Amino acid sequence: VRGHLGARIAQIIPTLLLVSVLVFCLQQLMPGDPALVMAGEERGDPQVLAQIRAELWLDRPLPVQYMHWMGNVVRGNLGYSWRIREPVTQLIAEKLPVTLQLSLMAFAIAVLIGVPTGVIAAVYRNRWLDYVANAVGLAGLSTPTFWLGIMLILLVSVDLGWLPPSGYVSLAEDWRQSLATTIMPAFVLGNAIAAVLMRHTRSAMLTSLDQDYVRTARAKGLREFVVVIRHALRNALIPVVTLGALELGTLFSGAVLTEQVFSIPGFGKMIVDAVFNRDYPVVQGVVLVTAFLYVVLNLLADVLYVVINPRLRGA
Amino acid sequence: MMRRFLLAAACALATAVPAAAQTLHVALRQDLDVMDPTLATTYVGRIVFAGLCDKLFDIDEKLNIVPQLATGYEWADGKTLVIHLRPGVKFHDGEPVDADAVKYTLNRDLTMQGSFRKSEISSIDHVDVVDPTMVRIVLKTPSGAFLAQLTDRSGMPLPPKATEQEGKDFAAHPVCSGPFKFVERAAQDHVTLEKFADYWDAKDIHFDKVVYQVFTDSSVRLANLKAGTSDMVEFIAPTDTAAVKADPKLRLVVFDALGNLGITNNLENGARADTPYGKNALVRQAFSAAIDRTALVNVVYSDMYAPSVQPVSASSPFYDPSLEPPPRDVAKAKALLKQAGVTLPVKVDLMTPNQPDQLQVAEVIQSMTSEAGFDVHIQAVEFASSLQASARGDYQAYLIGWSGRVDADGNSYAFLHSGQGNNASHYGNPTVDALLDDARGSTDLAKRKADYFKVWAQIQQDLPITYLYNPRNIMAMSVKVKGFRPVPDGMIRLQGLEMSK
Repeated sequence: VRGHLGARIAQIIPTLLLVSVLVFCLQQLMPGDPALVMAGEERGDPQVLAQIRAELWLDRPLPVQYMHWMGNVVRGNLGYSWRIREPVTQLIAEKLPVTLQLSLMAFAIAVLIGVPTGVIAAVYRNRWLDYVANAVGLAGLSTPTFWLGIMLILLVSVDLGWLPPSGYVSLAEDWRQSLATTIMPAFVLGNAIAAVLMRHTRSAMLTSLDQDYVRTARAKGLREFVVVIRHALRNALIPVVTLGALELGTLFSGAVLTEQVFSIPGFGKMIVDAVFNRDYPVVQGVVLVTAFLYVVLNLLADVLYVVINPRLRGA
Repeated sequence: MMRRFLLAAACALATAVPAAAQTLHVALRQDLDVMDPTLATTYVGRIVFAGLCDKLFDIDEKLNIVPQLATGYEWADGKTLVIHLRPGVKFHDGEPVDADAVKYTLNRDLTMQGSFRKSEISSIDHVDVVDPTMVRIVLKTPSGAFLAQLTDRSGMPLPPKATEQEGKDFAAHPVCSGPFKFVERAAQDHVTLEKFADYWDAKDIHFDKVVYQVFTDSSVRLANLKAGTSDMVEFIAPTDTAAVKADPKLRLVVFDALGNLGITNNLENGARADTPYGKNALVRQAFSAAIDRTALVNVVYSDMYAPSVQPVSASSPFYDPSLEPPPRDVAKAKALLKQAGVTLPVKVDLMTPNQPDQLQVAEVIQSMTSEAGFDVHIQAVEFASSLQASARGDYQAYLIGWSGRVDADGNSYAFLHSGQGNNASHYGNPTVDALLDDARGSTDLAKRKADYFKVWAQIQQDLPITYLYNPRNIMAMSVKVKGFRPVPDGMIRLQGLEMSK
């Protein structure tokens, strides 16, 4: 196991290098001249444009630009945002906790909804509770995030006035206010994942409910509740946990839309704005950090899998 | 039981929203860029500067230039402007707003690397400090448009000591002389300002704090206004205006702006200009005649915008009231095409930034002009890419707007004068060039008016840009907000603004 883990960790560096080259090259393929965007309505002045290109190294060959950037990255400096002239590391440090909080809350909501409904659907297989759970799950999967978001804002915030419609307050500043601003977006974000979890839990439960050990447990005269939760669910959870860990990564990309709708200043919103503003250092920094998180999450999922499934330990 | 619990939880969270009567919440449509008047380029950035930084001059509802940090000015001759400064005014750090600070800032604007103000005030030859309250600006050539530059970011003095000390980090802690001082900024989220106790006009300031929040989605901006989390919205989508009107707690304020929207036509900019549409003015005249500007504005913008064929809006003294948008005339358009001797249908590629309203404008034009014999192909392109394509000449017709400037020079010279950077058509007409130069070099209003009126008339013939309408400022606010002054630049002036109980 240790050798396996070591190899996986060693893979991180070439992966990140590849990502850095890819993101650097791909954004060169993006049409649109960053100098023109940066200049705003002063773009008519060729002097202004030349000055911007010189200042941002845009007038140098691509490999030189890349090496200059990489040189700084290695030293822990992701550069300055071209648009607002703040260090990219500082921006990421500001935004990452926001998206992490949102993602974790969404994940918790997804698990709280998805797993119990999956269990109920499996236990009441082909009965009305199962159909209802399936219908709700399908609805959750097929509802577009932005639509659900806007509808919730209109209902909960505008009509009922229960929660603030958008914006963000950090946990450190005021935890109640923080929960108030994030609960709706977390629900919207968690909703789609809850549906995925529900369907996986249901099928895993169906399999495990058919197993011999479940029949044995029932034969021993255990209460049905104990059979379902202690015996069936525990075994059914193995694939669900792995899936959950990977879905946590998906939450990050899902946050892009949700953060736009709820005006939450997180990672997703940052990268969308940066792409439209051709703020290359921010795009590069965010992609690199996201890739790093993905790799680490994948690694964690691997480790978790080994922990949960003893049969893999010998491998 | 569960329901009651959820309800209670939601209520507990809702009551966590503190009631802050003395804070004004303003919703912006976009995040601002760098908070340094020398380096900033965005419109929303100017809205925040209106609270943070006073200017030498301001403009009023009728676009008159009025004193702010200055008390008055006179032209000693066509090239020498003498400005008298308000005595006893302080910057947020306590430094005096004096002639030295004005000179320092203008020099910074002229010389700092990356300055976007340089082109606005490049006509300055040098600046002299006469005494602490008098500064003399000497221009290289006479300029009728110069004073208007001092009503915006070029006219915002900065404190020399603090600015030098902060250096590159100035934008992270901007220091100015406006009614509010900087507290904090969270990129893409908000900027918070608090009342500056030593403000020279403190009696007109009625808020303790102003929070500018960014909501990029127009329906989310509206939702925040309806929910009361925002007190004012600096821009409401025209299609959302009905919802504002229907809400008794809200007030819609619509007033003339400074800009325009038109179709920039490629006349000489590279190979793609080489079409009947680019080379023959008659074809462009036919295209223009086929457009019903009134119907266009009605369909797409619920009549909120003003149909127009001029680069300046009706709020400008340089707007020619006799030059009205002609009614749609398909017969005339067909006759013009016949006269031009082109084969039908005339193909036109219309490049459009992929914003929903602009796409709709393009579709309406496509349908209107098809009746006259045009075959319009719409190319929806992301904004940054469209800018690049227009600069390179990789377009035939480009639907693009301009936010507008106080002086007509800012809406015309760079677009219509030959050899200018914003002249993406590569249009060049010696008569128009001479008129624009003459208007720029004069401080005589009547003469300048006459020059511009002639330019507006001439471009109806040449059509380097087919103007369609002048957008208006569409703001919405709580009915409790009193004292808002609708000035065409769309800025939210905090002086006199207050919240009734």
